[in-house]
Amino acid sequence: MENITQQIQAVPLDHYLVLSSLLFVIGVMGVLVRRNAIVIFMSVELMLNAVNLLLAAFSAYRGDPAGQIFVFFIMAVAAAEVAVGLAIIVMIYRNTRSIDVNFLNRLKG
Amino acid sequence: MIQLVWLIPILPLIGFLINGIGRNRLPKSVAGVVGSAAILVSFILSLCIFFELRAGETKSFTIELFSWISAGNLHIPFSFLVDPLSVLMLLIITGVGFLIHVYSIGYMHDDEGFARYFAYLNLFVFFMMLLVLGANYVIMFIGWEGVGLCSYLLIGFWFKKQEYNNAAKKAFIMNRIGDLGFLLGVFLIFNTFGSVSFAEVLPRAAGFVQGDTVLTAITLLLFIGATGKSAQLPLYTWLPDAMAGPTPVSALIHAATMVTAGIYMIARSSAMFVLAPFTMDVIAVIGVATAIFAALIALTQTDIKKVLAYSTVSQLGYMFLGLGVGAFTGSVFHLMTHAFFKALLFLGAGSVIHAMSGEQDMRKMGGLKKALPVTFITMLLATFAISGLPPFSGFFSKDEILAHAYEHSPVLWGLGVVGALLTAFYMFRMIFLTFYGGFRGTHEQQHHLHESPKNMTIPLIVLAVLSVIGGFVNIPHVLGGGESLHHYLAPVFTYASAYIPGLTLDHTTEFVLMGVSMLGVLISIFFAYTKYVKKSEVPAAEGTRLPALQAASYNKFYVDELYDNLFRKPLDALSDFFYKVIDKSGIDGVVNGFGKAVMEGSKNLRLLQTGYTGFYIFAMVIGIILIMVLNFFLM
Repeated sequence: MENITQQIQAVPLDHYLVLSSLLFVIGVMGVLVRRNAIVIFMSVELMLNAVNLLLAAFSAYRGDPAGQIFVFFIMAVAAAEVAVGLAIIVMIYRNTRSIDVNFLNRLKG
Repeated sequence: MIQLVWLIPILPLIGFLINGIGRNRLPKSVAGVVGSAAILVSFILSLCIFFELRAGETKSFTIELFSWISAGNLHIPFSFLVDPLSVLMLLIITGVGFLIHVYSIGYMHDDEGFARYFAYLNLFVFFMMLLVLGANYVIMFIGWEGVGLCSYLLIGFWFKKQEYNNAAKKAFIMNRIGDLGFLLGVFLIFNTFGSVSFAEVLPRAAGFVQGDTVLTAITLLLFIGATGKSAQLPLYTWLPDAMAGPTPVSALIHAATMVTAGIYMIARSSAMFVLAPFTMDVIAVIGVATAIFAALIALTQTDIKKVLAYSTVSQLGYMFLGLGVGAFTGSVFHLMTHAFFKALLFLGAGSVIHAMSGEQDMRKMGGLKKALPVTFITMLLATFAISGLPPFSGFFSKDEILAHAYEHSPVLWGLGVVGALLTAFYMFRMIFLTFYGGFRGTHEQQHHLHESPKNMTIPLIVLAVLSVIGGFVNIPHVLGGGESLHHYLAPVFTYASAYIPGLTLDHTTEFVLMGVSMLGVLISIFFAYTKYVKKSEVPAAEGTRLPALQAASYNKFYVDELYDNLFRKPLDALSDFFYKVIDKSGIDGVVNGFGKAVMEGSKNLRLLQTGYTGFYIFAMVIGIILIMVLNFFLM
């Protein structure tokens, strides 16, 4: 544990921040731009993991294990979310014969 | 016994409830008996209280029933004041009221709203008692409004006729104008004296200097209230129209009791009025003006009830003249005698109308002397009384007012005498047209002519006796009397009497004054006799052109038309303007505008809902970024 902490601290905190921000923005852009439901889904995962990375980095730097505990929880919830999400995507496919989210525009005002 | 005074108003209220709730189930005989019995018992109780009060040392009792309004420094107990004035009024209300109830049993016998009629009548008596018994201005105001309500209900009793409904509404609205004055007066009283009860306000008022501005304002406002209720210029026009109600109602409400509420109120507040000489002058002038104005109209009326209605307005004018010149006892005295003879005249007129199968036009009557002997004799006695012929009651009361008026100003006396001459003329004109000469109605009516039943004639006879002897309660010193009413009422007017000196006229002057007015009255009766009996003139039929003066009088000096043009038409035009411009295009425009704006706006906003999930997420991200940026800059 000590060892891992030291290894993490070997990289300056700024680098973690920049990396996770980049990952998060990539995730957001992916959600916004892509129309394929599975890709959007993967982008969401990317955003979640960007946050996880940041939490782990802060946890190591501040010597507070609470951050890591949160990461575990997020991973567990994300797994559940994936299960539900994939099920929804399957249902979408069955209904529209496509996984293009732009076909789902019945809420048009 | 005096502690039980609350029983007196409660009984008519119970009568009202019984008749009102059971109006569709009670047989007519029961409804009439319940209504009359309630008043009879009240009358007996009033008599007991009267004798107890006369015998006792204390002349004023305040009986507090319960605390009614208590807020801040405003405390209004629900309390009754028993003193000579209120007991005298009670006796008049219940005494005359009982006779009229009995009379009504006969008069209203064929009416389908019989029980409803007695319910209203009892309710009226209840409110009238609240008015005279109330120990403060607020209780008085409840009664004041209540009698107005009952008057409205009874004028519009035959509500199927729109004309009658209009008369009822007119009475109500004219009264409201006066009521506003009364209410403002009460507010001002509370503001000035910190209380509304007579027992506190009147002694405090006595501490003010004569001519105090606030007192003048209060008394003027109260007087405005009195002009509405007691039908004085300029608010009198409702009373003649109020004749739309059943005749006994006219006798009870619009002659004997309710319309005298204004006189009672001013007599009650005399301690304030004597300190406001300006108001007193206004009252005297309005009183005498009303007396003459109404008498002039009465000269040419052809409807028997209208003659009596204008005569009532005129006699009320006399009472106000009396109040204005400080003859408080005289006014109350005239109020009492007037209640007797005017109730009798109305009931007599009712008997005539009954016999004539509902005909009220005197041009179609005549020669009824033979067919209606009791009605004729009683009405003749009442006419002697109202004309002021000795020794009938009206002579004493009118003479007292005129004597005080002479002392105040000979001009007022002169005008008062002119009014008396006119009164004698139109009253005898009515008698001659109705009872003398030949019958002018249809053959059917002549065949149907009959004297009224016993329950109608007996009240007439009792009232006739009262009209004849009623004056003896206050025979002036000059005629060797003891002025017992004056002594009886003296405790009520203790504050006022400090400012109003007693009569200082020497006896010769008084005799001359009496002689002049009596001679004038006799001449005017003789004039009426030659015109309507000797020459047997009959007023011209409807539609004939009359000489200008006669036409003006016949058309009531066009006062109704004047009010119509002065108030109703501008108000109508204004309402029309408000309806069409302000309401239709202004307020409706704003309200509909809001609706239209929301509809247009949402039609455009709707397009934001594209249905594309991506766009929603994009909007969400933009939103989050905006929130963060704002947060960054604002914190």
